[in-house]
Amino acid sequence: MIVVSDIHKSFDDNHVLKGISTEFHKGKINMIIGRSGSGKTVFLKSMLGLHTVDQGNILFDDRDITAMDYREKKELHKEMGMVFQGGALFDSMSIEENVMFPLNMFSSLSVAEKRERVNTVLARVNLENVNHLLPAEVSGGMQKRVAIARAIVMSPKYLFCDEPNSGLDPNTAIVIDNLIQEITEEYDITTIINTHDMNSVMEIGENINLIKEGLLVWRGNKDEILHTDNPDVDDFVFSSRLFKKIREKS
Amino acid sequence: MLSRVFRRPDKWKMFRIEFIREVFDLGISSVGIVTFISIFMGAVVALQLAYNMQDSPLLPDWYIGYAARESIILEFSPTIISLILAGKVGSSISSNIGTMRTTEQIDALDIMGVNSANFLILPKITAAMFFNPFLIVLSIAAGLFGGMAVGWLTELWAPIDYIRGITDEFRPYNVTYALIKTVIFAFVITSIPAYHGYYTRGGALDVGRSSTKSVVYSSITLIALNYLLTQLLL
Repeated sequence: MIVVSDIHKSFDDNHVLKGISTEFHKGKINMIIGRSGSGKTVFLKSMLGLHTVDQGNILFDDRDITAMDYREKKELHKEMGMVFQGGALFDSMSIEENVMFPLNMFSSLSVAEKRERVNTVLARVNLENVNHLLPAEVSGGMQKRVAIARAIVMSPKYLFCDEPNSGLDPNTAIVIDNLIQEITEEYDITTIINTHDMNSVMEIGENINLIKEGLLVWRGNKDEILHTDNPDVDDFVFSSRLFKKIREKS
Repeated sequence: MLSRVFRRPDKWKMFRIEFIREVFDLGISSVGIVTFISIFMGAVVALQLAYNMQDSPLLPDWYIGYAARESIILEFSPTIISLILAGKVGSSISSNIGTMRTTEQIDALDIMGVNSANFLILPKITAAMFFNPFLIVLSIAAGLFGGMAVGWLTELWAPIDYIRGITDEFRPYNVTYALIKTVIFAFVITSIPAYHGYYTRGGALDVGRSSTKSVVYSSITLIALNYLLTQLLL
């Protein structure tokens, strides 16, 4: 479980996060949603320790990342997996080398054991016979699946996904959403997805956090989001005709 | 950043793999261009010396080899070749690391718990500091050969005189001086581009800007250090 209390973050005079407090639960799909520029990426990067916050605490199972020194943060990072918006796969390495990289760095497994583990996670994300291809040689959806495989290869306790569906067609996006949901339940991990894709939210969102102008303005699940009278949710979610119609019918 | 670069590697085996890769990428891949430039540089230095000495009956032909050797060892090989490597190697380091930054590959390393600065930069710095002295020795040899070859081709001086010149009153300390400069220059031409690449923000345009900036700053630093080291060591 991750507990965030009163997080503030500014860049020079730009006050991006203005006191966000929330919780992200284990074994659930936790989502951070909001418009572009609302501060959700800064929020995610602050949780990851990539940005130093100005004020507040972020507790990973009672361990405060904001109070950690470089070495402690490094150890906590080994319990995290991250799926980046663009995949962030290492261009010069094959898919197998990409997925094996964390094992090479931090495990004492033999080459055969590492290869077996890589094949297991690649099979888990429905990828086979692609081990020796370079990231540039596979499709965007496959790259996302490789990124997921790399994120889970060390069996993390926390999985972060930044816009995992960006640039994907709706069918592939649903495949990725369902894959993340299955992995979350199967590994019983705390998953946090940063997105503005409402299809994803309605598909898998269990704990949805809406951020607007650096503030948490609403929190609930995918059923509650359709029936709330919160004006900010109304403004964000029902700005499209499709979702207006869904609400009318529900 | 340097304090993070010069920490103990997360895994020595991975460091060794990266180090060997960088020796090939930054060092061995430069052998061709260094040899080519050095041969012609040596030839031009010898021709210019011959041109300046042609009207002086007091200066024998072997003096061309002597003066060419001193110029090549003391200045041309360590400084000019390092400047060329600052362009070739520097822009490559800066754009590689900069692209990794803008495509979030460095963030990915950090989140895995890898010391990204150490993993990406230390092998480059150590590989250049290890291999560049070999490149400079090669450059000196190629430069001296170039001087001899042009004399033989133009028949302006005899190879035997040239060889006498390059072996006369040879001071090994001059090579030590050249190698000390080379090692320090190798640190400059890898660390400055690595810094600019590591702190690149933005997109492809910013990667290009970082690359240009890194070459300019490392060249300026190299020229200033050249003066300082010469003052200190000679």
